[in-house]
Amino acid sequence: MMYSEKVLDHFSNPRNVGEIEDADGVGEIGNAKCGDIMKMYLKIDNGIITDAKFKTFGCGAAVATSSMATELIKGKSIDDALKLTNDAVVEALDGLPAVKIHCSVLAEQAVRSALSDYYTRQGIDPLPIVGEIKEPEEH
Amino acid sequence: MEKRFIYADNAATTAVSEEVLSAMLPHFTKAYGNASSIYKLGRDAQADIEKAREKVAAALGADAKEIFFTSCGSESDNWAIKGTAEMMAKKGKKHIVTSVFEHHAVLHTCEYLEKQGFEVTYVPVDSKGLINPEDVRNAIREDTALVTIMYANNEIGTIQPIEEIAAVCHEKNVLFHTDAVQAVGHVEIDVKKQGIDMLSLSGHKIHAQKGVGALYVRKGIVLPNLIHGGGQERSKRAGTENVPAIVGLGRAIEIACTDIAEKAAVVTPKRNRLIDGILEIPYTRLNGDRDKRLPGNLNISIEGIEGESLLLMLDLNGICASSGSACTSGSLDPSHVLLSIGLKHEVAHGSLRLSIEGDITDEDVDYILEVIPKVVERLREMSPVWEKMMNGEEVK
Repeated sequence: MMYSEKVLDHFSNPRNVGEIEDADGVGEIGNAKCGDIMKMYLKIDNGIITDAKFKTFGCGAAVATSSMATELIKGKSIDDALKLTNDAVVEALDGLPAVKIHCSVLAEQAVRSALSDYYTRQGIDPLPIVGEIKEPEEH
Repeated sequence: MEKRFIYADNAATTAVSEEVLSAMLPHFTKAYGNASSIYKLGRDAQADIEKAREKVAAALGADAKEIFFTSCGSESDNWAIKGTAEMMAKKGKKHIVTSVFEHHAVLHTCEYLEKQGFEVTYVPVDSKGLINPEDVRNAIREDTALVTIMYANNEIGTIQPIEEIAAVCHEKNVLFHTDAVQAVGHVEIDVKKQGIDMLSLSGHKIHAQKGVGALYVRKGIVLPNLIHGGGQERSKRAGTENVPAIVGLGRAIEIACTDIAEKAAVVTPKRNRLIDGILEIPYTRLNGDRDKRLPGNLNISIEGIEGESLLLMLDLNGICASSGSACTSGSLDPSHVLLSIGLKHEVAHGSLRLSIEGDITDEDVDYILEVIPKVVERLREMSPVWEKMMNGEEVK
């Protein structure tokens, strides 16, 4: 199985690892049984994501996609972050092996899950804005 | 700490040794005859194949006529299992006994036979990775065609009570096959004394090249031909012999099966130092019985981290290792071996297998024991699972 140089770079030097103490939105996706859990922390100011951090339990691709997803949404508006697709994460990493595509879906959903939490904290129903959060299928 | 390169994955494959290579080399450019040819160049090739066959036989306590060369361990397993199944089905025997934690070469062959109308009983293993011969006895039925149980497990290295299992089979008049790919060269094997009817082995696990293996078939058992064609391998497996590979296997098994006890005495203390050193990390456990295991194998679960990440980190530090993590297999399920000994999914995902040989130095062991705790700490720092464990929260 081949990982791109970019995946290996984001795995060995992950960007934005850690927690945000006073985060405005925190999301978690996945389960340990399947081998992947991503936790995403967002700091949001005037509709702009000013900071993003993550913690991930998972394979090389899970770490790299989390790292890349935080890079892609930092400094962006919530609207732009909601437009982040797993395909964009895969493309930014110069591709992923077919068996690892689900990791990019987790990264996309982790961002949405954190935004959903942000709206909930604001007293706003997140469902019409963020949509359903897709948990990985049990198997 | 200066970076080293350490190959600690000998259960996956081994380097071709210099001695094996030099035995093979003349057969590429000088002694290249077809073993079926009448002239001297061909007769010499035939003679070299037979010498290699005698070496394989000697290593197993078998007769040369009972050894058939194949292309790999998986081929040997397939031939023994499907061949016996076909042979015994004619007598109305369509039941096979195996274990839950066999190599896929055995498990998937059994699953194939199930689709062909055979019934398969999968005996369990205990939490230490050992099979109870009584479970085998209880699984055997009137229509049992074959019992196939691995000699030593490829992931956790546990050595099965082969002689006892074989005795149960013979008591019940059932044929017994063992996949000994991981065991050959590491434990003393004597097929006659141990009552083994068929045994699979592979060359590349014992410093021969990839693409060569052998099947021992006890005299009196007539398996159906595997490849129809010429008269090679007593017409059972046709196809021009891979003379360099066969000669290499002969030399490799001769070296591997000399001084087995002495070699184990060298590697076992190093292996134990690795086990004890890694187990100093909190929330770790050794998988498989500590004593009834291959001398160079250790398999440890490290909670809170995932195996593939661990392997990639070790690779960045020059250490080649293996894991039972789902991610390394391309599926989402962790190793069936680790689940079979009762590990939870999330624990099985974080397993590490090191398989070493005597050439590993004390400095290499020091280096591994220095790198692993650092890598584990780094991965745990970024793991939400570890965070939950430390907060006393339930990990789902």
